[in-house]
Amino acid sequence: MNFLYDITQLIAWALILLGSVMVIIGALGSLRFPDFWSRLHAASVTDSGGVILLLLGMGIHSGFNLITFKLFLIGAFLFITGPTSSHAVANAALVSGAKPSKKNQNEIGDEG
Amino acid sequence: MLRSILTAIFLFLLWYLMSGIDKTLTLGLGIGSSIFAVWIVRRMENASDFKSLKVQLRPVESLKYCIWILLEILKSNWTITKVILSPNMNIKQNMFKVPFSQKSDLGQTIFANSITLTPGTISVEVEEDHFLVHALVFSPGDHAALAEMNERVSKIEGAVK
Repeated sequence: MNFLYDITQLIAWALILLGSVMVIIGALGSLRFPDFWSRLHAASVTDSGGVILLLLGMGIHSGFNLITFKLFLIGAFLFITGPTSSHAVANAALVSGAKPSKKNQNEIGDEG
Repeated sequence: MLRSILTAIFLFLLWYLMSGIDKTLTLGLGIGSSIFAVWIVRRMENASDFKSLKVQLRPVESLKYCIWILLEILKSNWTITKVILSPNMNIKQNMFKVPFSQKSDLGQTIFANSITLTPGTISVEVEEDHFLVHALVFSPGDHAALAEMNERVSKIEGAVK
């Protein structure tokens, strides 16, 4: 019994740590990437992968009770609002004329 | 009338699951506020020419799709993570058209949101019969992958009148 509890706690904390790493990677990406469009992609690592792993970790950590349900609701709402806001930002950029230049980006890829 | 009662019960269940308190006074306030909310919504329905929103999705297929999209998200997260952490970021941005075959607005929204939710692709614009999608690391295989996603979303969409 106690052993099983330890195992679930271990898994939970591993997931939470991994999720935190994802959030940091997302932040790192939005600093490293060269222009607006690529930074938008880096941010989506934070709000998809980071959120899934963190919420899953917290859900396992709390055990199965009301908190799990609340975490699930948070996840469901983030999954609807996150992409919608990303799309709004991307669409606004496109409408205001920020076209991604293909040539420029390939050069950056080659230069390293 | 039945719809209103069901809505009130659903709202109250949601309220209870969020609070988790079972004192008589609190429960009473919860029931009261659920009924009050439904009453306001009904008043608003009568005031405007509101048509009820029809959600036509196949439940089992939708559940399968949720699991599939979660796995896809984790996979492409790994891809983007590698790009971010590699010393020379191999970015190959591209904007391309992705045709969609969903009939309802809801289906199209699910498809567009799924595209944006997977790291590495963002749906930018909705046109008559295709989305404009921006990819971070574009490869020719992306077209096939998105076509597969399109098929899966079309499958969960029920018959649209």
